[in-house]
Amino acid sequence: MRILLTSVFVDDQAKALHFYTEVLGFVKKHDVPVGEKDRWLTVVSPEEPGGTELLLEPLGHPAARTYRDALVEDGIPLAQFTVDDVWAEYERLRGLGVRFTQEPLEAGPVTTAVLDDTCGNLIQIATQPE
Amino acid sequence: MADDLFKALADPTRRTIIDELAEQSGQTLFEICSRLSMKHRLGISRQAVSQHLAVLEAAGLVETRREGRYKFHDLNTAPLRLIVERWLVPRTSEPEENTP
Repeated sequence: MRILLTSVFVDDQAKALHFYTEVLGFVKKHDVPVGEKDRWLTVVSPEEPGGTELLLEPLGHPAARTYRDALVEDGIPLAQFTVDDVWAEYERLRGLGVRFTQEPLEAGPVTTAVLDDTCGNLIQIATQPE
Repeated sequence: MADDLFKALADPTRRTIIDELAEQSGQTLFEICSRLSMKHRLGISRQAVSQHLAVLEAAGLVETRREGRYKFHDLNTAPLRLIVERWLVPRTSEPEENTP
């Protein structure tokens, strides 16, 4: 068994594609129309084009919004990505206008920070524990 | 008020929360939980942290602030002045006992 794909629910797929590619730096992998307006839209890391895909999934179910908003209120991230240097990413992303709900926090073996993906979710970036 | 303050300070976990908020104000519940678990190795549930925060809030030591879709917790050290003024500041009048 392998993890091929994971997903986040997004308010707006076009806006999400912009943020996840132009701002975070992922690249588009699949973009297939589904139904009238939805897309099967995935991105991958340019460092790992054959790696796990992130599906930017339309927020279709009303319960998904309730769940997501409750997590956001308490600052809980829905997904976590690994970076080499949290401080460097924090500075880079802040320069691009990204809103952080948690500034870089050095705790034990890892450094983490939490940002708003502008599509309704919080995302944690973290160094990989050695 | 004074009872709430001393009760809030009586618990070591709550004092740790105050330490962490003193280091960085404006934390989400998630960040407070992260600090307690990762920095202090405290295995404590989110619900328990929420309860501790409610006690600190009742004592006026923590204030919550909504900003858009997020909720942040700030430290308010003003109530601690009660302690300083009660015993450490020389006063001419008799100390006042605030508890009923």
